[in-house]
Amino acid sequence: MIVSELSREELNNRLAGPGLRLRTGAFVTCAQSSIGSVAAGIRQLYADYRLAEESDFCDFYVRLALPRNLRRWWRRQVLFSFDDHAPFAPLPYAHAFPVFEWGLNWCVSQHCHNYLIVHAAVVEKSGYAAIFPAPPGSGKSTLCAALVNQGWRLLSDELALIDLVDSTLTPLPRPVSLKNQSIEVIRRFAPDAVLSRPVADTLKGTVAHMKPPLNAVRREADRARPGWIIFPRYEAGSATKLGALPKSDTFMKLADNCFNYSLLGARGFDALVEVVDSSDCFEFCYSDLDEAILAFDALAKTTQRE
Amino acid sequence: MRLQRQLSVNELLVTALRSPWKLVTLNMSEWDVLVRQARNANLLARIAGLVEDLTLTIHPGPRAHLESASALAERQYAAVQWEADKIARALADTGAPVIFLKGAAYVLAGLPVAQGRVFSDIDILVPKSLLPCVEAALMLHGWAGVEQDAYDNNYYRRWMHELPPMEHIKRGSVLDVHHAILPETSDRHPSSEKLIAASVPTESLGLRVLAPVDMMLHSATHLFDDGEWDHGLRDLVDLDGLLRHFGRDELFWKELVPRAVQLELARSLFYALRYVTRILRTPIPTEVIRAVDLVHGARPPDLLLMLMDALFLRALRPSHRTAQDALTPFARWLLYVRAHWLRMPPHLLIYHLLRKALKRAHVTKKQDDQALA
Repeated sequence: MIVSELSREELNNRLAGPGLRLRTGAFVTCAQSSIGSVAAGIRQLYADYRLAEESDFCDFYVRLALPRNLRRWWRRQVLFSFDDHAPFAPLPYAHAFPVFEWGLNWCVSQHCHNYLIVHAAVVEKSGYAAIFPAPPGSGKSTLCAALVNQGWRLLSDELALIDLVDSTLTPLPRPVSLKNQSIEVIRRFAPDAVLSRPVADTLKGTVAHMKPPLNAVRREADRARPGWIIFPRYEAGSATKLGALPKSDTFMKLADNCFNYSLLGARGFDALVEVVDSSDCFEFCYSDLDEAILAFDALAKTTQRE
Repeated sequence: MRLQRQLSVNELLVTALRSPWKLVTLNMSEWDVLVRQARNANLLARIAGLVEDLTLTIHPGPRAHLESASALAERQYAAVQWEADKIARALADTGAPVIFLKGAAYVLAGLPVAQGRVFSDIDILVPKSLLPCVEAALMLHGWAGVEQDAYDNNYYRRWMHELPPMEHIKRGSVLDVHHAILPETSDRHPSSEKLIAASVPTESLGLRVLAPVDMMLHSATHLFDDGEWDHGLRDLVDLDGLLRHFGRDELFWKELVPRAVQLELARSLFYALRYVTRILRTPIPTEVIRAVDLVHGARPPDLLLMLMDALFLRALRPSHRTAQDALTPFARWLLYVRAHWLRMPPHLLIYHLLRKALKRAHVTKKQDDQALA
């Protein structure tokens, strides 16, 4: 069963009651919330996602609710909780859906040390993954959103999950987070893409989420082999430039973007070496998305694989 | 047949700790609850260790969480050794004997109970007379007092058995420096001189830890006389592990009760033995149980014991909704008040709790004002 097969009422009842058991890639999340914007966001962006059964194992129990204080009535807030523990301070009520998305990312980055986790977007073509590790503001999500609207498959917009044994990448297809100007950029670039209503004045500015393409959700169990590691940089007015990056530099920069590299010790090091070794490594500077797509398609064609 | 296998949901974690081989019989819903209870009790890596020891095959869903918890615990195990070495080096010139306590001690002594244990800080014990030079040496090597107001600072220094927590400015690791194992204001004073004199060097790094009986008694008083019940079950598992490990040596059982009397910790020992046997079925020689019962003041009067059973048996459950009943929050609150009652005389207690309550109200108001600004 998928989310869109539930009536609006049934969806709301599950969210407000026992929880909606949502499958996202390798994880099952039991989400509870009576907040309208959360239900609306899930109905819109998670329509194609499968639901888990009552008897299935759930990885994360999350709830979005009003905090128990006077702010219930005045300048309302929303509190994210993970199995009854609240890891963050309450945020404005209007931010509930982005908080849900950030909360789910937090669940994975804090509790899944069976993977080496890199803060990166991951897209796939012909079985090979392109990993875009980058700090916020580098345009990784914009590039990722554009590529997945042009035939690349979305694995994740935020978290690269690297297997500690075989270094493959596990998909975590979830809505792509777009910030500030990139919302308008993607609307123009991909008019058919479904975007949630932008929420202003969040911690990250104005935020909207893009619904993942159907094939990304359908193929949520198909892993990809590491193919390219590319550090993107959006620079207004710049030419499209793809420059090779030495593997040693790539390794250090990639390690910088890991959530649990030092926690995993030698195993983390080995996995990272394997990923860098089997990937072609670049820096990518861009301002025009159409040109960027052409550059990526050319890259996918010219790369020789055994 | 079915009845035999059926496990009560609120007992899942305790059952798993007691009889880990039963883990293979769990269905997915039971694993779901077990992982949540174990995570909340800080015992997920412990369960992972049991699964590994018995080479049990379990479903991939829960297995991923066990692997993740193990990775974190392994990392902390190595980090604690490294950090302990740094602390010992920083204090080498002071000439003070430095005794590592609790979790760090279990790791340094290579005890089985350290496997899969998670840590929040490191605790050490030093002689009170050397406290100023220990603090100075630590500050010189990068540990600084965690920011506190004048009242809290004074509270620690005048009334407590430890300095205000110190944090390393680069590594962020937290260190508690104790000069005793119970507060100054408590009516019991386990002698730090005796504890330090009996301490033993560890094999690996040559750092010092408490002698086996003292380590067990400290663990007991920490659990039953401190107000921190969030990890009550984890601390009980520590006690179980210490008793099983040290208990292989007969001398340990011979020394235990007399030492508890000497250190004024017979009541804590009574509770420890009562609840490890009741909850985790730890094997304890009957003569030891009998000997504790005979110590004056160790066994509480029957009525009080009934009340304490009601409180402790609740507080020692995993702090998760699936393992609690309607009275659990009240039980925990009463134990919190009891811990303060044991910690200081009534006039100080009233003053202290009032200060705390007023401060909390003040901080909440300030946060609200800031949020609105």
